[in-house]
Amino acid sequence: MSQSKSASLIDSSILIPAIGGAFKKLNPRSLIRNPVMFVVAVVSALTTVLFLKDIATGGQSLGFSFQIIIWLWFTVLFANFAEAVAEGRGKAQADSLRKARTETQAKLLSGDDRTNFKMVPGASLKVGDIVLVDAGDIIPSDGEVVEGIASVNESAITGESAPVIRESGGDRSAVTGGTQVLSDWLRVRITAAAGSTFIDRMIALVEGAERQKTPNEIALNILLAGMTLIFVLATATIPSFASYAGGAIPVVVLVALFVTLIPTTIGALLSAIGIAGMDRLIQFNVLAMSGRAVEAAGDVDTLLLDKTGTITFGNRQATEFLPVKGVSEQELADAAQLASLADETPEGRSIVVLAKEKYGIRARDMQTLHATFVPFTAQSRMSGVDIDGSSIRKGAVDAVLAYANQVSLAAPGAGGTAVATRATAETIRDLQAIADQIAKGGGTPLAVVRDGKLLGIIYLKDIVKGGIRERFAELRRMGIRTVMITGDNPLTAAAIAAEAGVDDFLAQATPENKLTLIREEQSKGKLVAMCGDGTNDAPALAQADVGVAMNTGTVAAREAGNMVDLDSDPTKLIEIVGIGKQLLMTRGALTTFSIANDIAKYFAIIPAMFLAFYPQLGALNIMGLQTPQSAILSAIIFNALIIVALIPLSLKGVKYRAIGAGALLRRNLLIYGLGGVIVPFVGIKAIDVVITSLGLA
Amino acid sequence: MTLNGWIQILVFCGIIILLVKPLGGYMTRVFNGDRTFLSPIFVPVERGLYRIAGTSEREEQHWTTYTAALLFFSLAGFVVLYFLQRFQGVLPYNPAGMGATEPNLAFNTAVSFVTNTNWQNYGGESTMSYLVQMAGFTVQNFVSAATGIAIAIALIRGFARASGKSIGNFWVDLTRCTLYILLPICIVLTVVYVYLGVPQTLGTYVDATTLEGAKQTIAVGPVASQLAIKMLGTNGGGFFNVNSAHPFENPDAISNLIQMVTIFAIGAALTNVFGRMVGNQRQGWAIFAAMGVLFLAGVIVCYWGEAAGNPLVHALGLDGGNMEGKETRFGITLSALFAVITTAASCGAVNAMHDSFMAISGMIPLINMMLGEVIIGGVGAGLYGILLYVIIAVFVAGLMVGRTPEYLGKKIEAKEVKMAMLAVLVLPLAMLGFTAIATVLPSAVASIANAGPHGFSEILYAYTSAAANNGSAFGGLSGNTAWYNITLGIGMWMGRFFVIIPALAIAGSLVAKKTVPESAGTFPTHGGLFVGLLVGVILIVGGLTFFPALAVGPIVEHLAIGLGQTF
Repeated sequence: MSQSKSASLIDSSILIPAIGGAFKKLNPRSLIRNPVMFVVAVVSALTTVLFLKDIATGGQSLGFSFQIIIWLWFTVLFANFAEAVAEGRGKAQADSLRKARTETQAKLLSGDDRTNFKMVPGASLKVGDIVLVDAGDIIPSDGEVVEGIASVNESAITGESAPVIRESGGDRSAVTGGTQVLSDWLRVRITAAAGSTFIDRMIALVEGAERQKTPNEIALNILLAGMTLIFVLATATIPSFASYAGGAIPVVVLVALFVTLIPTTIGALLSAIGIAGMDRLIQFNVLAMSGRAVEAAGDVDTLLLDKTGTITFGNRQATEFLPVKGVSEQELADAAQLASLADETPEGRSIVVLAKEKYGIRARDMQTLHATFVPFTAQSRMSGVDIDGSSIRKGAVDAVLAYANQVSLAAPGAGGTAVATRATAETIRDLQAIADQIAKGGGTPLAVVRDGKLLGIIYLKDIVKGGIRERFAELRRMGIRTVMITGDNPLTAAAIAAEAGVDDFLAQATPENKLTLIREEQSKGKLVAMCGDGTNDAPALAQADVGVAMNTGTVAAREAGNMVDLDSDPTKLIEIVGIGKQLLMTRGALTTFSIANDIAKYFAIIPAMFLAFYPQLGALNIMGLQTPQSAILSAIIFNALIIVALIPLSLKGVKYRAIGAGALLRRNLLIYGLGGVIVPFVGIKAIDVVITSLGLA
Repeated sequence: MTLNGWIQILVFCGIIILLVKPLGGYMTRVFNGDRTFLSPIFVPVERGLYRIAGTSEREEQHWTTYTAALLFFSLAGFVVLYFLQRFQGVLPYNPAGMGATEPNLAFNTAVSFVTNTNWQNYGGESTMSYLVQMAGFTVQNFVSAATGIAIAIALIRGFARASGKSIGNFWVDLTRCTLYILLPICIVLTVVYVYLGVPQTLGTYVDATTLEGAKQTIAVGPVASQLAIKMLGTNGGGFFNVNSAHPFENPDAISNLIQMVTIFAIGAALTNVFGRMVGNQRQGWAIFAAMGVLFLAGVIVCYWGEAAGNPLVHALGLDGGNMEGKETRFGITLSALFAVITTAASCGAVNAMHDSFMAISGMIPLINMMLGEVIIGGVGAGLYGILLYVIIAVFVAGLMVGRTPEYLGKKIEAKEVKMAMLAVLVLPLAMLGFTAIATVLPSAVASIANAGPHGFSEILYAYTSAAANNGSAFGGLSGNTAWYNITLGIGMWMGRFFVIIPALAIAGSLVAKKTVPESAGTFPTHGGLFVGLLVGVILIVGGLTFFPALAVGPIVEHLAIGLGQTF
């Protein structure tokens, strides 16, 4: 299910079954879900019956009627085809998922003893059962790890082959049925019965079996049904107008006018657009639990983003060595590097890297130096090394100061106590000034001391991801406000927020104030999107309009969100919003196009229709169509073919550009509004030329 | 077309544009319950009326209560008006001794005035007593206009308020509109009309002896007062049968200008009230601009059609425009302009016979009405009518900015779309439906004066005028038959209440919604782009439905006359 496997638009393995699907969907029960196409099917059936009667009684211009009827049915079939193609793309993914859902045997535990289990079929497991999963076993159903730690291959659902760690407690406790334990063992409490597991739901979602119309889709269907009714009135009244004028109009011509006028283009493509929108998210490894969520994504006004991992790289990094007066940078860097050599934390490693890159200090071997590493403890809040009687420490500024004070008191230096103390007081002021400066800038100062002598500060910084500022500027142009969520203090948070270019931040965030923030935004009428993975994120995920749960997260988080990101990448929230907007735009563009088409169709059919008794109306034939028959036929053929022509657009979607709503509207109105007025004039004329040269009319 | 003609048209447009802001500001204050310079006089009256009615200005209504009050009030008005006509023979103020009005005519006329249509299947001076004219028609002219404005205000509140339950109080809106807006302006106008030579008397008709010695009865009456509200309230029901073509009802070019301006004044100012109440006057101007574009397009075609004249007459060596059915004191420009204004604004008063217009220029009044009277429109009705189109326009195109549709921060969802479509659907149903039946009904076809497409236009015009609550007549159709009285009555009733109820339902649904704050991603609804979009949607959704009917009516007639053929 990775991006590379995404089905291309013209894939014969999808198109060929879709042809069969198009005929299967002629079933009235499936047609009735789409009011516009249902009406087309009804009038097609009606004209077919009349046509058969005409054959029996020997009616006139049977060839013409026959062609109209063929194209009426094609209109319905093309609509069904569009839907079948869209569904076909999901089916391919569902099939690969189904393979993961093979029948498994589960080791059902009855007590605490790990060896005391009996083999049962996976399907027989109930919620609350505890099973044992050993290395090499397939996890029988969704569950929560209650004991153990193991590496699990989740490629069946994520497409990602690198194993992930699952362990009891914490935020990595959820396991998914169908995935495989690679090493170690897990005791898993089953949380989903057979048939309702995550994979089952994914299959249902990608197949579109559970697809329900979204609120906007329902509203759009009402509009389309209303327009259909309006055109029922427009065409149903024509026979009496004609009879007043002393003429009559064949039913098949009226039906042709009616079908071309009602919004068949959007009616035919509406469900394909919806399915394709969900599908685009799936291609992107995000699973939307409902179409409503995708729609809401397009509407999002406020984006809550976790600082760590989304806006900044996960860890702070050393960016500068700032010595106190009388100490050289080189000296400080040397001490800092020595103190960090054995420090395996990302911060420690970044100090070694900085010392090497900026000051050319090579890595040294602890053993040859006879150095002993002093690890970080919660009490000392420092780490460092002891080498040949000399001790170097780095750590939080206050901790280091206290330590330096202690050391210098214990071993007064050569210059006498008074001088040393004075010098230290000056140095302390200097050190603290540097530290304050760094804290104000959103960084973390780390003081370095050698044998009681303060050397200076290591500047640890949250590194804001490259290009993220531009992303936020783009979001601002989309009208979306970004709020950074962080556990940092307000000062640090403000500095990072300013650097990253977010609009606002929530410092010292707790699950409670996160929830409060969401509620506040929503009370202002805004739609909020966020992502989260921990159990404590669950209330906020549930409250948010778009809650994206990370697949690595807990069961509670996954249940609370309305989307699951299989890659567990929080930056995706931005793309999810884009996909939601794309879905809405495609719908709007094709609706506008469909309605704008009507002008040309009137100009094709009206003169042709009344020509027999009002030849003056020939002046309205501005396209210069050959004969009345060819005019009507061209209009109905255009109407059917445009559906097929727009299938790729409806599946691919209209590209969203963050250029501001005004510019976007101008652009789309020009393409789909004005284009919708002009294209059918050209298209109908072209079809007219073709069918008259073929002698069809 | 002459420079002089264009200057007259531009003067008219200029006056309207200048009126929009001050009148809009005043009306906003009135409906917000703020103090105005008339408050010292009317506040005690207002309070007294509320006490009698058992309501209070602080009492607000849910949309269903508001609608129920409105429907009850209209029904009561209908019943009173019907029986006033039926019993006018035995009631006072009947110097001409008019007898009881026929039941189906009384039905038609009562519906007509309650729905602000003022379709007249009767000749005023030869059918109705002074009492019916004053206590019946003039009263309905005021309150049906005030009702329309109240609905518009209620719908505006739907957009302007957030997370609310109520949309105002119908009785308060009705009272304030009548007392503070309609009544004072009409008093001033009446005086002005009297000064310009319009009669205002309760005396009997005047008998005169002409120069040839023939006896002539000259109808007079309380004309000036009815004239004032007939225009200001876009009612259009004339005191005299020929309406504002009559020299007593429209003596000269000045009175004609005042009449044209007062038709548009309130409707145009309501766009500003809308802008003010939703907190951004540009939103109001955008709607005004969309109306203006459609209006000017109509004026250009109509004026061009009339000024170009009849090619068949030209062939006889008579140059110039089409003066048939026009008053020489108004000429081609003012007749064409008046015709466009009166049909754009749901007024229906006429100063020339639309039946005698060239086919293409006669089509403009038809189109104006078919679009649902949203070009300035009837007082109130024009604004709530165009807001229904706005909802559809925003819904169709709003998605194209990548958000679910919203207008002024309110999400446009299934309920709003359903109601807007219902309202849009009712016009073709009444207009085309009844026309389709009438054109195949021999007894109905017998009422028309001309054969062929022109006769068709006469029937189409009648039902269009009725359903759009315009009330102007094409002429040529003898409408006072049981068939037309009843079906036109039903048409008027459908065109009024099946638009009002959905509009108020939308107000009720919107008022409960939160207002989404505007952002860079919000669909912009105050610029030229939106104006263009709205015009496009009005023409395509509202207008295209009627294309077949127009094709076999005025369009074919126009094309035929070019070929030398008349009907």
